[in-house]
Amino acid sequence: MIEIKGLTKKYGSFYALKDLNLKIEEGTVFGFVGANGAGKSTTFSILATLLQPTAGEAWINGVSISQNPHEVRRQIGYMPDFFGVYDQLRAEEYLDFYGASYGLNPKQRMELIPKLLELVNLTNKRYDYVDLLSRGMKQRLCLARALIHNPSVLILDEPASGLDPRARVEMREILLELKAMGKTILISSHILPELAEMCDTLGVIDSGELIAHGSVQSIQEKLQNEKVIRVKIAGPLKVAVTFFENDPQVSRLTQIQDRQIVEFLYKGNDEDQLDLLRNAMATGLPILAFSEQETDLEDVFMEITKGAESL
Amino acid sequence: MRELLANPVLVKEIKLRFRNMKSFTGLFFYLLVMGIFVFGFVYLTGSISGGGFFRPEESFILFTMLSFIQLGLILFITPGLTAGTISTEREKQTLNILLTTAQSSFQIIFGKLLSSIAFLLLLLLSGLPIYSMVFLYGGVSPGQMAVIFLFYFLTLLAIGSLGVMYSTVTRRTVVSMIATFSTMIFLTAVTGFFLILTVSLSSVAMGTGTSPLSYFWASINPAVVLMSLLEPSWNDEISRITGISLPLWVSYSFFYLLLFAGSLWLSVSKLRVNMNKYR
Repeated sequence: MIEIKGLTKKYGSFYALKDLNLKIEEGTVFGFVGANGAGKSTTFSILATLLQPTAGEAWINGVSISQNPHEVRRQIGYMPDFFGVYDQLRAEEYLDFYGASYGLNPKQRMELIPKLLELVNLTNKRYDYVDLLSRGMKQRLCLARALIHNPSVLILDEPASGLDPRARVEMREILLELKAMGKTILISSHILPELAEMCDTLGVIDSGELIAHGSVQSIQEKLQNEKVIRVKIAGPLKVAVTFFENDPQVSRLTQIQDRQIVEFLYKGNDEDQLDLLRNAMATGLPILAFSEQETDLEDVFMEITKGAESL
Repeated sequence: MRELLANPVLVKEIKLRFRNMKSFTGLFFYLLVMGIFVFGFVYLTGSISGGGFFRPEESFILFTMLSFIQLGLILFITPGLTAGTISTEREKQTLNILLTTAQSSFQIIFGKLLSSIAFLLLLLLSGLPIYSMVFLYGGVSPGQMAVIFLFYFLTLLAIGSLGVMYSTVTRRTVVSMIATFSTMIFLTAVTGFFLILTVSLSSVAMGTGTSPLSYFWASINPAVVLMSLLEPSWNDEISRITGISLPLWVSYSFFYLLLFAGSLWLSVSKLRVNMNKYR
């Protein structure tokens, strides 16, 4: 379990992180979303005991990061967003070195290494030099490295960044496997849909502040107060466009002429939406379909961060 | 002790160092320089004397020159081997991962320092067969040679830890290299210059009085101390000039051990620079 209370990191007068409060339950996956420079890596660096917070405190499985950082390091597996590898070291030796760094004896290391390489699909690269592996392979090897001491908490800073689509899918599958193993995972990305399908909860951070926190659905509901309505008309679009534009709760109306569709953002609640449909039918609009569109998570994220910017 | 030597950083560094061709070429050129000098000296001395023989006094001169060449090589190579130990990890973006392992700052620094020193010790030991040429002709005792090697060890320990310290506190290897070489130049050339200057400006030059300040400059200069170890009569001369009878090697050992301990302490405390309060 991870608990964060009032975590703040300040550089001069600039807040890289401002009063962050979070509780991530054991065995769950928490996705941290935010644009580049929003404060994700700062949070992760603090939790990984690499950075001292200006204020606040965090606990990993009840162990304080400021009082007992040495013990925290044993509890976590950390994967930074940018990392390098040693030249002239084979994949097996790379894992062996980090295993030794966590105090595992040679027998334990030799038992673990093949299993970890299998988990990240690198069994056939066991004797290859790590600096010659592809980016995706290095990312997976780094994940295996983070697991060498069997940590209960994984802190993964943009593990899929810079990967091609195939490597991203492979990485996601591994993470889902780790989730099934009961690991508590804290993962960050600036791509919201990437996280949504594997996370139990999400946190959206912008300019160092947590602006939304909860399940994927609750974040959508909480932060998006406009629905996208799509209406298919049997006749000419002009009359329908005039009708919907006259409604004060309608905005950003667009027409898709060749498909006889009108699409707009609607601010009203379900009752208002029902009234709108009733009135349209009453005025004789030839409506073939009236539906609420599934919103794109990417759009939600853009809207959230845009809103925060204007504050 | 066994735990210290089982240090993962030390094991990994030694493994990587000996996989690197540069280590072997370095060793090759080190022995080549030493070999050319020794055999060249023996050949030239034999040719000049005409009889093809080599007197014990000449053997001692060879030993002295060889000792100075080796000191020069140690002073020149040590910064190159140690001044990039931590900063290279930082530049290659491997340091953050290393810092999140269960290894303490001391273990990491000690492993880095020891691996560099192990290579330097290998250089020194690999030069022993060339040194043994001196024994062939007599004039030098094994005890004297052991003292000289202890002196080398202390010097490379201090300069090495200085290199690791600069590498830890500076962000870039280039800066760390410059700082380490500058310190090394200060300890050799600048202190030598000040020694000459203080002696010249003192009343010693007039043939009266002493110059205690000169003792300080002499006691931290590796070349002067090496000479005092090779030729003990130097200690009497220094004692006469400075008015301090404490042998130079005592002050030297104290100063360089202090330098070693201070550099090691600073490196350990500054490794996790963003976690000042924490270990």
